[in-house]
Amino acid sequence: MEIGLNHYLVLSTILFAIGLVGIMKRKNLLLLFFATEILLNSVNISFAAISHYYGDLTGQMFAFFVIAIAASELAVGLGLLIVWYKRHGTIDLDTMTSMRG
Amino acid sequence: MFEAIAFYLFAFLTAAMFLITVTTSQALYALTALAAGMIFISAFFFILGADFLGAVQIIVYTGAVMALYAFGMMFFDTTRDVKEKKGNKFIIVGFATFGAILVVAIFAAPMVGENIVAHYPMTGAGNTQEVGMVLFTKYLIPFEVAAVMLLVAMIAGIVLAGKKMDLSLTLMNGEEIAKLQDEKNKKVLS
Amino acid sequence: MEKYLYIALFAPIVSSLFSALFTNTPKKQFVGVIASLLIFTSFVSSSILLSHILNGGDIVHVEMMTWMATGNLYIPFGFVVDQISVTMMMVVTLVSTIVHIYSIGYMDHDKGFNRFFAWLSAFVFSMMILVMSDNFAGLFIGWEGVGLCSWGLIGFWFHKEVATWAANEAFIMNRIADLGMLIGIFLIYWNTGSLQYDIAFAAMPALDQSTLTWIGIFLFVGAMGKSAQFPLHTWLADAMEGPTPVSALIHAATMVTAGVYLVIRSNELYDLIPHVGLFIASLGAFVAIFAASMALVNRDMKRIIAYSTLSQLGYMFVAAGLGAYWVALFHLMAHAFFKALLFLGAGNVMHAMHDELDPFKMGGLYKKMKWTAIMMTIASIALAGIFPLAGFFSKDVILEAAFVEHHYIIYSVILFTAGLTAFYSFRLVAMIFHGEERYKLFGIDPHEAYKFMLVGMSPLLILAIIAGSLKGTYFEMITAILPNTEYHLHSELTYWIMTIGTQLFVAAAIMYAYKKYAYSPVTVPDGTSKMENSFIYKLLKNQYYIPYAYEEFAVKPYRELSAVMWKIDNTVVDATVDGIANFIYATGENTRDMQSGNLSTMLKWMVAGTVGLLSLAVVFGLAARYSDEILAILSGLGV
Repeated sequence: MEIGLNHYLVLSTILFAIGLVGIMKRKNLLLLFFATEILLNSVNISFAAISHYYGDLTGQMFAFFVIAIAASELAVGLGLLIVWYKRHGTIDLDTMTSMRG
Repeated sequence: MFEAIAFYLFAFLTAAMFLITVTTSQALYALTALAAGMIFISAFFFILGADFLGAVQIIVYTGAVMALYAFGMMFFDTTRDVKEKKGNKFIIVGFATFGAILVVAIFAAPMVGENIVAHYPMTGAGNTQEVGMVLFTKYLIPFEVAAVMLLVAMIAGIVLAGKKMDLSLTLMNGEEIAKLQDEKNKKVLS
Repeated sequence: MEKYLYIALFAPIVSSLFSALFTNTPKKQFVGVIASLLIFTSFVSSSILLSHILNGGDIVHVEMMTWMATGNLYIPFGFVVDQISVTMMMVVTLVSTIVHIYSIGYMDHDKGFNRFFAWLSAFVFSMMILVMSDNFAGLFIGWEGVGLCSWGLIGFWFHKEVATWAANEAFIMNRIADLGMLIGIFLIYWNTGSLQYDIAFAAMPALDQSTLTWIGIFLFVGAMGKSAQFPLHTWLADAMEGPTPVSALIHAATMVTAGVYLVIRSNELYDLIPHVGLFIASLGAFVAIFAASMALVNRDMKRIIAYSTLSQLGYMFVAAGLGAYWVALFHLMAHAFFKALLFLGAGNVMHAMHDELDPFKMGGLYKKMKWTAIMMTIASIALAGIFPLAGFFSKDVILEAAFVEHHYIIYSVILFTAGLTAFYSFRLVAMIFHGEERYKLFGIDPHEAYKFMLVGMSPLLILAIIAGSLKGTYFEMITAILPNTEYHLHSELTYWIMTIGTQLFVAAAIMYAYKKYAYSPVTVPDGTSKMENSFIYKLLKNQYYIPYAYEEFAVKPYRELSAVMWKIDNTVVDATVDGIANFIYATGENTRDMQSGNLSTMLKWMVAGTVGLLSLAVVFGLAARYSDEILAILSGLGV
């Protein structure tokens, strides 16, 4: 059968939902980052799909920049994570509650 | 028809890989599944005719990002089980599913704007050439800014992760780490 | 002339406010001096107004400002100076000035010196409002004001529990009576449409008898509370817990006469309902003899004088009830002078005897306190009604009035009371000043009061002696506004028999008192003598057991009821209010978990919020798309 734009969008939504589950569920920060990657990738799929079905390159450009940003975010995030780990010896989310109020 | 087979195959694989990522308790399995998922997503890009994007996906994501995650995983002691406390499964899955249904409903609704005009239409030359043309002319400024951003991120990563660590937390067991925490707390509270 | 009205009215409140500035500071002499000066200013203004009225001037009537103007109700802050009010003003300001000067000496060693003058001047102000107001609402304001200041002054030594109890009793009894008065005022407004004296009284002849009767009765109920008629009389004796100047001013000359003033002011009303007047007169006669009987055996100096006041109030009501309003007012005036003099003299004795009140423990003080003795004796002679002192001219006319109107029962009652009055007054004087010096047994060393206090009391002494001669001038003035009932007996002979007979009777009572208490040895009764244990003595001593009855049958049940109500208030009202507060607290406590600082929780809330917004988008999108169909359905349902 003909694969239309809607198929890709539904796929993207399913992957996004999986990512959401991961975000809500994970207590280890590193694994939380994994779930974030999933989110970003699902969005990339939908961008590329729209770009393909409308003949517009804007979607692909957006996906490029998303990848670039994801990479730099990861670098900085992991660096911060390392600093936290050196100080506290754990990266368990339930212990990081110093911003309560 | 091939397209359909390819689509459904890769869709199933991708979803399966990502499901493993979010549900497994072993960090190593999660990492491996994530890397596999990235590869399959790049397959999607190739199906959609975004060659450059697919290649970039493999190089950057599967190559660099996953390597970074692997190094990070080695740094943090992930052999120790992370006790995942409560978190109502029903709420989590329920919210996500419901949200997904809503989004699909929104997308499935008849599109409001039927006559969308492409800003940067594809001209028919190879994808890489087109991407290059658009990237270096219309998207020049974001390109340069992204370059600066990557530089900044690199420096930040070096600075943050560059300091040495005196004690190796991996070789200590649970009680010693707890004792360490207490001493630090005593110093803070006194 | 208006400025004199305002000066007379507002000088006391200036004095009160000035003294109130110093209530928290230790005694300052100038506070008393300035307060007395300001009250004296009020007195001077009142005298100027008096001379204006006496010389045939017009009545001064001002409307200071509007108080209430809603719908058909119009009540201004208005003041009138006519013959009645100027008489009252004179009495009030004169006695107040003297009491203020006296208090500078009497409250000399008291810590609350400044506070005393604040309350006292506030009282004078309220009384002036009461007598100068030109409508019933202003009268009521003054009425309540004097009640309040009386409370503050009776309970002046508030750390003494008996004083605060007495103050509360006075105030509460007044309030009970005020309910009657308020109903009377409401009835007046309802039936005549105005509370101004002139308008209301002009409209009254048109009303029917039963309405007028009810108005008269209710207004008199208010007067009963203020003037301590039976059964609301117990507060007056207990009010002696306050300082003596208070008793002199409030419970002799001014506040308790407010009730009489009310009846006199409403004379046009009471003329229309003579049967209510007869009831008032009968009650007055009853109170006269009732109070006199209780004074016969009392062992508290101030209480004897208080009962004497009560008795004389009865006389005033007899006069007012029988329609002789000018007589009642005249007796009020004369009584104010000699009663205040008596109280102030008693204050001197108390001070000298270090607050000892039992006359049995005094005696022979004439040697040490000559002037006080003279003053009190002359005051008592005036009280007894001996010619030519002031009391004769007022009391005898009351007796005549009762006789001429053929109310022989009332006549005999008040005649007998006159004898009793003379007896107990001179019992008191004899026991204190004559006989052997019993106070030496108790180790007290008395001395006379300060000179300036005695000098201050002297105007009262002079007036007590000469007030009778003022009767003619007074009569001419007052009958411009009050009915000039003169009482002519059938024959000269009856008149002379009556007068001389009364005088002889009174003189006999005086001599009997002297014989018993001055010239025979008197021992301090200690509860064992035969007379003390007799039934009549006990009855009179305990005030016919009326306070006891009130305590048992009114106060105690009410207290139980209040306790029950308090419990209900606690469990129902407080619980509801606390419940609302607790509910809000609980809501806050439970939503506080949203801010736990846990990233995972926050992420869940983010997703929840996103899902919520998405559902809203879907709902609104559907509504927008299918709006026509939805409208059709709703109109089909009839919305």
